[in-house]
Amino acid sequence: MQILKQDTHINFLGMRKVAMLLSLTLIVISIASIAMRGFNFGIDFTGGTLIEVGYPQNVELNQVRQTLADSGYGDAVVQHFGTATDVLIRLAPREGVSSAELSDKVLASLKGANAEAAMRRVEFVGPQVGEELTNDGGLAMIYALIGILIYVALRFEYRFAVGSVAALVHDVIITLGVFSLFQLDFDLTVLAAILAVIGYSLNDTIVVFDRIRENFRMMRKGTPEDVVNASLNQTLSRTLMTSFTTMLVLFALFFFGGELIHGFATALLVGIFVGTYSSIYVASASALALGVSKEDLMPVEKEGANLDDMP
Amino acid sequence: MINRYPLWKYLLIVFLLVIGVVYALPNLYGDDPALQISANRMAEVTTDTRDKVLKVLDTQQFPYKSYELTPNSLLVRFGDTETQLKAYEPVREALGDNYTAALNLAPATPTWLRDLNALPMYLGLDLRGGVHFLMEVDMDAAVKQALERYVSDIRSLLREKKLRYLTITDDNGRVEVKFRDAAERDKALDVIHSEYRELVLADEVRDGSFFIYATLGEKEVLETKKFAIKQNITTLRKRVNELGVAEPVIQQQGDERIVVQLPGVQDTARAKDVIGATATLEYHMVDEEHSVQDAIAGRVPFGSRLYKERDGQPVLLLKQIIVTGDQIIDASSGIDQQSGGPLVSVTLDSKGAHQMSTNTRENIGKRMAVVYIETKTETKMVDGEPQRVTKRVEEVISVAVIRDHFSKRFQTTGLDSTEEARNLALLLRAGALAAPMEIVEERTIGPSLGQDNIDKGIQSVVIGFIFVLAFMALWYKGFGMVANLALGLNLVFIVAVLSLLQATLTLPGIAGIVLTVGMAVDANVLIFERIREELRAGNTPHASIHAGYEKAFSTIADANITTLIAAVVLFGFGTGAIKGFAITLAIGIVTSMFTAIMVTRAVLNLFLGGKRLSKLSI
Repeated sequence: MQILKQDTHINFLGMRKVAMLLSLTLIVISIASIAMRGFNFGIDFTGGTLIEVGYPQNVELNQVRQTLADSGYGDAVVQHFGTATDVLIRLAPREGVSSAELSDKVLASLKGANAEAAMRRVEFVGPQVGEELTNDGGLAMIYALIGILIYVALRFEYRFAVGSVAALVHDVIITLGVFSLFQLDFDLTVLAAILAVIGYSLNDTIVVFDRIRENFRMMRKGTPEDVVNASLNQTLSRTLMTSFTTMLVLFALFFFGGELIHGFATALLVGIFVGTYSSIYVASASALALGVSKEDLMPVEKEGANLDDMP
Repeated sequence: MINRYPLWKYLLIVFLLVIGVVYALPNLYGDDPALQISANRMAEVTTDTRDKVLKVLDTQQFPYKSYELTPNSLLVRFGDTETQLKAYEPVREALGDNYTAALNLAPATPTWLRDLNALPMYLGLDLRGGVHFLMEVDMDAAVKQALERYVSDIRSLLREKKLRYLTITDDNGRVEVKFRDAAERDKALDVIHSEYRELVLADEVRDGSFFIYATLGEKEVLETKKFAIKQNITTLRKRVNELGVAEPVIQQQGDERIVVQLPGVQDTARAKDVIGATATLEYHMVDEEHSVQDAIAGRVPFGSRLYKERDGQPVLLLKQIIVTGDQIIDASSGIDQQSGGPLVSVTLDSKGAHQMSTNTRENIGKRMAVVYIETKTETKMVDGEPQRVTKRVEEVISVAVIRDHFSKRFQTTGLDSTEEARNLALLLRAGALAAPMEIVEERTIGPSLGQDNIDKGIQSVVIGFIFVLAFMALWYKGFGMVANLALGLNLVFIVAVLSLLQATLTLPGIAGIVLTVGMAVDANVLIFERIREELRAGNTPHASIHAGYEKAFSTIADANITTLIAAVVLFGFGTGAIKGFAITLAIGIVTSMFTAIMVTRAVLNLFLGGKRLSKLSI
């Protein structure tokens, strides 16, 4: 089955001004939102206590809130988690009570009000750990970007490396922007997903670049623009196919994977959607803007020669 | 001839396939709920133990599936969790204090697989339920304690050498010894220096007095810290063993943290109490000569201290300690025959016994108090900076008249509940911590959520997998089926490698598998799209297949290596759950390279190689 015509001739680069404008708008909105609204950080980063309690029947949040307020935890944030039988309680660190005791006490008071309340999950992160995780998370993202920059620069050319990293930064900022704009829960799994987005989006970009390099060497005539356009068209069906299959499994994860993995699936869905778009527009357009030309890519040494006969 | 593999390549693939299937196999058998019985000190698990346990199970009619007796433990398997839970208490009671029974899930792997070292995947706490603690050792306190030890050591040294000093105190991270004259001070300096080479000494003359200042050398501070964390780990091990947890993990993380993982623990409150507690006991005599009222008014006599009892009642105790917790060699809980209240029976070591003996002989008819001391450490945010606060909670748990002269064995009553008696006995047995610790991270997953996570995880893998299979078959027809075969094998290989490495499978790890399923087809998509292109360019089917694989290879390698870089960074950064994701992602990338390239090529070569082809099912 083939939906796309055998040979597409879409002038992707002809639309690059529009695309640039769109990307810039999205990035500005994202950065503005991140700066103004920030993130709805989970306790992984802020520190604090989180308690998930399961009830056999649907439970009224107000009742739970009342019970907690009566026991002196009026500041607790209470919400349903996934279903109406599950309740998530968030507590800020408090003075005089050790975290270990805090969750026990809260659970005891909930059980006192309704003996059927069952502890499903307790998470406590101390302020020092939260701070470390935030720092380490930021560092991890930077390390991943640097590692990739080096690899692409070695394998291809520095302009491609810059182009691919531009695409990555674009994807990461917009994904973060979505989480900030809609105030989605930002926890450790979301951070992991964003790092996975970096890997994935790059995967896409590399495939396009690989083809651009090959075409620069093969196509005798044509401006760099033509070559890039041809490459994008040739890889288009692959790009869409792979993104589509990956989205399929991510939707499965989103709908059936349970509440704990929701943020993770959301981040990846957004990231891969944006990543597919960026590997077409952002990566190639920036490499082109930096002036990639035929001469840069003529084989100095025959790269990959020893790899070709491997399969 | 193109599109033919040499025999050795087929054999290699078959060989890897067999290994993959064998090591993935144990995961199909599931787990048996089981009781794991092990011995504490001085006891052994023998056939007698087994008979005792089986008798309990038989008389109370708890059907069990089988049992295994190894030199150190007995494992009894049950048909369902309900029986396992019901059997737990009676078995524990029948065995008494010298044995621990732990609820466990034992893999139901057949023996022939176990002989090959094939085990099911190791499930993380988020999948099997349990408690994860990250504890931070209060190193400042450890160093301070070391310094306090030197204060008393130097004091006895100077007394022993008959050197006269005025005062000796712990002064802001150093020991200060004050002397009346320089000659005495210089002698002391020599003595201290030759006895404690690890101390850095300095002298000073101020206000007509002569001082020695001793500080811990850099190396000594480092040693002290190392010792503190080692000692704490040892103590934690003992405590966890007493709790009766199957497969606990207790590891050092970084310089001053300890990870404690207790899979399957249900009573998390008790686990926290026991692990985090730094409780110990001290025995003091009650100050009978001075009035409590005066002390409350602020006139506390020298040599005494004001304490509070549980009910808030003040009580004046002599500062001198008769016996401390670390002189206790054994402790067990029980019920007081007379009052019916809970008690702890204590056995002292010879030094403690001697002190207790002397004291009780002289003081019959007087009152002795037991002080329960707990050190709690917590971190608060002060002006955006984490700041550690250590609190010492002291409580007099019992005041009793010494009726008789006793030494080595005696009992402490006055505890609130049997639970408390049991915990106290446990803590006294398992020893004190070298330095207070604080729980800086806790993740507890209830058993029901763990099972939910597994179910949902597997469900999403299956659904995502079916989607992709259907889509590939629809899109690439015959070639799509070959890719699907590779995808299925890839799943088998991921599971096999995870089982083989005994890497921890977490919920994000399952997400990693799902993601790999989606991305693994990428290699095949790349190859197949290339083949289609070659066909469109008018090449023969065989030439197209050959060129498709060849041209796609370097692209696939590049794309996968970059993803691998991200996975490696994730792993390096990772805390538990994230690491799980990184591991499955990395394994998936590597195995998918093999299945999507080698295996599909082998299948195509096997079926199409050497045949005349006019068109391809792609």
